[in-house]
Amino acid sequence: MKRFLAWLSCALMLATAFGAVAAEAPDALINRISNEMLDKIKADQDLRAGDFAKIAALADTTVMPHVDFQRMTALAVGRNWRSATPEQQKRLMEEFRVLLLRTYSGALSAVNDQSIRMKPMRAAPEDTEVIVRSEVVHQGREPIQLDYRLRKVDGAWKIYDVNVLGVWLVETYRNQFAQEVSSKGIDGLIRSLSERNRGPDQSKKP
Amino acid sequence: MTRVPARIGRLFAASFVAGAILLGGCATLPGSEASRSPRDPFESYNRAMDAFNQALDDAVVAPAARAYRDALPEEMRALVSNFFANLWDLPSAGHQLLQGKPERAFMGLFRFAVNTTLGFGGIADIATPAGIERHREDFGQTLGRWGMPPGPYLVLPIFGPSSARDTLGLVLDFRNDPISYIDSTGTRLGLRALWIVDLRERLLDASTLVQGIALDRYLFVRDSYLQRRRNLVWDGEPPEDDEEEEDVYNGK
Repeated sequence: MKRFLAWLSCALMLATAFGAVAAEAPDALINRISNEMLDKIKADQDLRAGDFAKIAALADTTVMPHVDFQRMTALAVGRNWRSATPEQQKRLMEEFRVLLLRTYSGALSAVNDQSIRMKPMRAAPEDTEVIVRSEVVHQGREPIQLDYRLRKVDGAWKIYDVNVLGVWLVETYRNQFAQEVSSKGIDGLIRSLSERNRGPDQSKKP
Repeated sequence: MTRVPARIGRLFAASFVAGAILLGGCATLPGSEASRSPRDPFESYNRAMDAFNQALDDAVVAPAARAYRDALPEEMRALVSNFFANLWDLPSAGHQLLQGKPERAFMGLFRFAVNTTLGFGGIADIATPAGIERHREDFGQTLGRWGMPPGPYLVLPIFGPSSARDTLGLVLDFRNDPISYIDSTGTRLGLRALWIVDLRERLLDASTLVQGIALDRYLFVRDSYLQRRRNLVWDGEPPEDDEEEEDVYNGK
């Protein structure tokens, strides 16, 4: 009996340990990724100078594994997403990804001694969708609000929307995307995105 | 004392009416039916006014802001920004009180007192590093907190993005604006011009970015503005939308 109890407690401990690893809390996840990103940007002059290939590689290894990018793109495209072919969906995701990388790559030049401050999260344990709130703190300046929407997919939390200073990314693009699709179709939207991404005003050439 | 703010209010009203008449003739410009949003029933007027503001910005305001950026180092410009931000901390504290947040009102007042005295009239912001953060409030936010919906999106001449509620807020705020209490017309106008140039300088990078990433700049600015204001009304934590959004994507 004693041995059975010992085994049982052992098994329970293992189970809890594994459970904790499998489902890292959403705010802990954001805290970890944010700091990882900040540290890498602070350590690399090329990233701050806007080296697009390097920024894309960093995003792909650090952030993208925790982003449900298909969901993000689908929500931005709205009801037209369903009528898009798998090939069109793939192209939309590619172009949207480049657009977002361009959006954020310009901001990296401003990184020097910022840090991330997490705000208390209000969520019940059984929630599968949460908002994680944080702030970019910079010595002597007003903090910059940075929030995330996450959804639990197969036991892991995935980001699907970002909020900078109170403005959600998906909502900001939804009407623009809808306008393009209704006047030029889904291929028209893909074309507009691709023109934007390769346009003459492509920011940050070294 | 009320004489001066009233005159500015009239000036503001006059410029608004003039702008509306000026643009009334070309109110059928671009405004696409596709993007028609219930929050923007005056889209064709708004787009015309936006084009007017954009032209004014390209011709006068943005060049002045770039010249200002070239003329003064960042440290000096920060002092100017601090000065104007500090002036507005006083009305902000009043709005905190109107919104039922006495602690924030008190901290705001304390902030203003510290920066105005120890911070040399506000040019040095010593309260922020000491942990007393700025929470900028205005009448638009107070009215929102009291339950007034934003109403239709409105692009104002010169002032740019607004809403029916925020336009009313802007008019009311002119009565609180510390600059309007300055008696010397020259000083007042000079300070206002500097304030606009300072504000625009800080938005130079953002406006370049928006040019590069927006598919339709008007929609980008409109949808950002409306979200941002709602966020400010709720101090960064607006309640989730009641309207059930169609989930076009149900995950894998």
